[in-house]
Amino acid sequence: MRIALFITCLADALFPDVGRATVTVLERLGHTVEFPRDQTCCGQMHVNTGYQEQALPLVQRFADTFAPYDAVVAPSGSCVGSVRHQHAVVAERFGSPLLQQQVASVAARTHELSELLVDVLGVTDVGAYFPHRVTYHPTCHSLRMLRVGDKPLRLLQAVQAIDLVELPGAEECCGFGGTFALKNVDTSSAMLADKMRHVSSTGAEICTAGDSSCLMHIGGGLSRLRAGAKTVHLAQILAATRERPMVLAPGGQEADVHAGPTAVA
Amino acid sequence: MTAVRPSSPVLLGMPALPTSPRGTGHLRGDESFPDAARRSLTDTQLRRNLGKATRTIRGKRAAVVAELPDWEALREAGRQLKVHTMAHLPDYLVQLEEAVTARGGVVHWARDAEEANRIVVDLVRAAGADEVVKVKSMATQEIALNEALEAAGIAAFETDLAELIVQLGHDKPSHILVPAIHRNRAEIREIFLREMADVDPELSDEPAALAAAARRHLRRKFLSAKVAVSGANFAVAETGTLAVVESEGNGRMCLTLPETLITVMGIEKLVPRAQDLEVFLQLLPRSSTGERMNPYTSMWTGVTPGDGPQAFHLVLLDNGRTAVLSDAQGRDALNCIRCSACLNVCPVYERAGGHAYGSVYPGPIGAILSPQLTGIEDNASLPYASSLCGACYDVCPVKIDIPSILVHLRAEHTETYAAEHRVPSAEATAMAAAAWVMRNPTRWTLALRSGRLGRVLGRRRGVIGEVPLPVASQWTATRDLSRPPQQTFRDWWAAEHASAAPEPDGPGADGPGADGSEGAP
Ligand code: SF4
Repeated sequence: MRIALFITCLADALFPDVGRATVTVLERLGHTVEFPRDQTCCGQMHVNTGYQEQALPLVQRFADTFAPYDAVVAPSGSCVGSVRHQHAVVAERFGSPLLQQQVASVAARTHELSELLVDVLGVTDVGAYFPHRVTYHPTCHSLRMLRVGDKPLRLLQAVQAIDLVELPGAEECCGFGGTFALKNVDTSSAMLADKMRHVSSTGAEICTAGDSSCLMHIGGGLSRLRAGAKTVHLAQILAATRERPMVLAPGGQEADVHAGPTAVA
Repeated sequence: MTAVRPSSPVLLGMPALPTSPRGTGHLRGDESFPDAARRSLTDTQLRRNLGKATRTIRGKRAAVVAELPDWEALREAGRQLKVHTMAHLPDYLVQLEEAVTARGGVVHWARDAEEANRIVVDLVRAAGADEVVKVKSMATQEIALNEALEAAGIAAFETDLAELIVQLGHDKPSHILVPAIHRNRAEIREIFLREMADVDPELSDEPAALAAAARRHLRRKFLSAKVAVSGANFAVAETGTLAVVESEGNGRMCLTLPETLITVMGIEKLVPRAQDLEVFLQLLPRSSTGERMNPYTSMWTGVTPGDGPQAFHLVLLDNGRTAVLSDAQGRDALNCIRCSACLNVCPVYERAGGHAYGSVYPGPIGAILSPQLTGIEDNASLPYASSLCGACYDVCPVKIDIPSILVHLRAEHTETYAAEHRVPSAEATAMAAAAWVMRNPTRWTLALRSGRLGRVLGRRRGVIGEVPLPVASQWTATRDLSRPPQQTFRDWWAAEHASAAPEPDGPGADGPGADGSEGAP
């Protein structure tokens, strides 16, 4: 199976470790991951802010770039949600019938990481080792747009040495919402405050999720408050092993994964 | 003033349909949502009252919904009934008019708030009354009927307990179902002591005592009022039957005691057949109050000699609804049965409160309905008053896809703005620039590398703290920003696979990107 990695623009620019961790996990399971370099962004930011026509070339690019692959994986519930639900809207309003077809076909093969692992590849134990207290925040788009259900939790439960603790009010939005966090900064911050209170109440060292954007928001808040807990993407936890453990870096809100992918021979 | 609706084929080449008129009614706020929310967010009492009330009702709803094994089938039935009704609305409205008339009622058609208010004022005057009792009604709130009656020298008495609290508090409702949700018991006691002439000065703040005081206060009005004004939860086209669903029984007093009954109803409240009520009377109470069944369901059809009101008038209100109906992407907002479940789960509503929405319709449904009723430019900040978390869609008993309509209205806003302004907004310029960079992988790669300039910031803590620049300052007001990494993912990949693939910086033309095999090891 040809699996292509859609890194997402945010992870590409700010959280490359999340992409590296995704590759690590899949290669450890014996799959070859390809990275089509023509990819840029799924256009979610444009659509969600009201600029649907601006998103058209991005939708076109996504469809063209990923057409040749059997499966596309992205470490982001919200970007996969955009591909599955918004690309069709943009293509229908501004695109050709051909693009509409391409979009539907590629969307059906695009998966969020936990979906690919559990549904497509049929694994829940990816051989990870992570001796830390972790709490899981199910991001809104994973939860309600993609309906990933308990797949991320099942993956986490299979991680060796992990101390997984339940997050109170887990299903409540953290207040990110893309440009919502900028346009309605006060309301967004009020939502974030409650999420951080819940994270802190668990005593977890790490809050994890399947979306770098929500983690950037939560982690940014925790860091500002010097709350102690950090945010780490689900892929990074799954990538860590006893031989190549993750080192929780001091300072920065996202810990660095020092468990890089094994070199491709 | 009507918005350009480029995505709506219905309007092409047709005169724009009228939206709710400016200056009348309560569909527009005085300030934008972020500004109004900023103020209410600092109101600790409001935050506590709201958080407590919405959490309680949320839990009750979840429990009673879980009891029904066919809940999803019911929702789907409700949705389909509504979609069908809206698709044939003109026919069903005519059928309703015929049925009501045949049973001795009189039907009035009101294009907007001004017309509806005028019709009601004239009817009250014709009945020789200078006061009316009222059943809680969103439609009359929407058109500001109480204010219009007052201007005509007619006193209106709200009889719903929560609505009475709002009226006596010279306040505005902040919730569809519980208009005084922003008040707690102590505040309500204060209001009663201040405003009710006949109240016991020893009044306690026990809910039962407060309800009893209100009941005593209202009893005299029920017995003396000659005219009642109501809204309607449902109207049955086939029989001309109107229905009001309530908890306290005060509505039933209004609907049966006075000589004249005037019902003001939005034209979307129709169901085709009496049988359809079986679906909605299951969906509504469970979604709204978290009860299996509401205590009082009143239904009336025209007039019955010697029993109940002897004159019945039905005012059918448009006030922008036809404009909503003309928008294929947005019209599902009319399917709303005003259960308020979406408000009670909305994290934005819970923090900002109902008044921040500036309209009688707050919360997620208000964020899509109000801008459509008024035209997008009069409520342009509302479609953005959501993080698109989707909780509202999950609970809506008629499955209105509120997040998708929000996104649709955002597009309508930016496109209307672009059509009416020669100079693009700063945001539009930034979005266009971002799209220009992102449509081309080479430009994108270079832009990412330049982003690493951000590394000069945040060297000490490894994160970027407050940055006094526009946009950045909004983010960094409460959140640190990660320091950009030394290497982007794509540069790391290129370095890692250097022997197998060419450097990424190929020719930088636009166009469909290639064969997709680039970058494969
Ligand atoms: S939109 Fe749906 S959930 Fe919200 S009030 Fe209307 S019917 Fe209820």
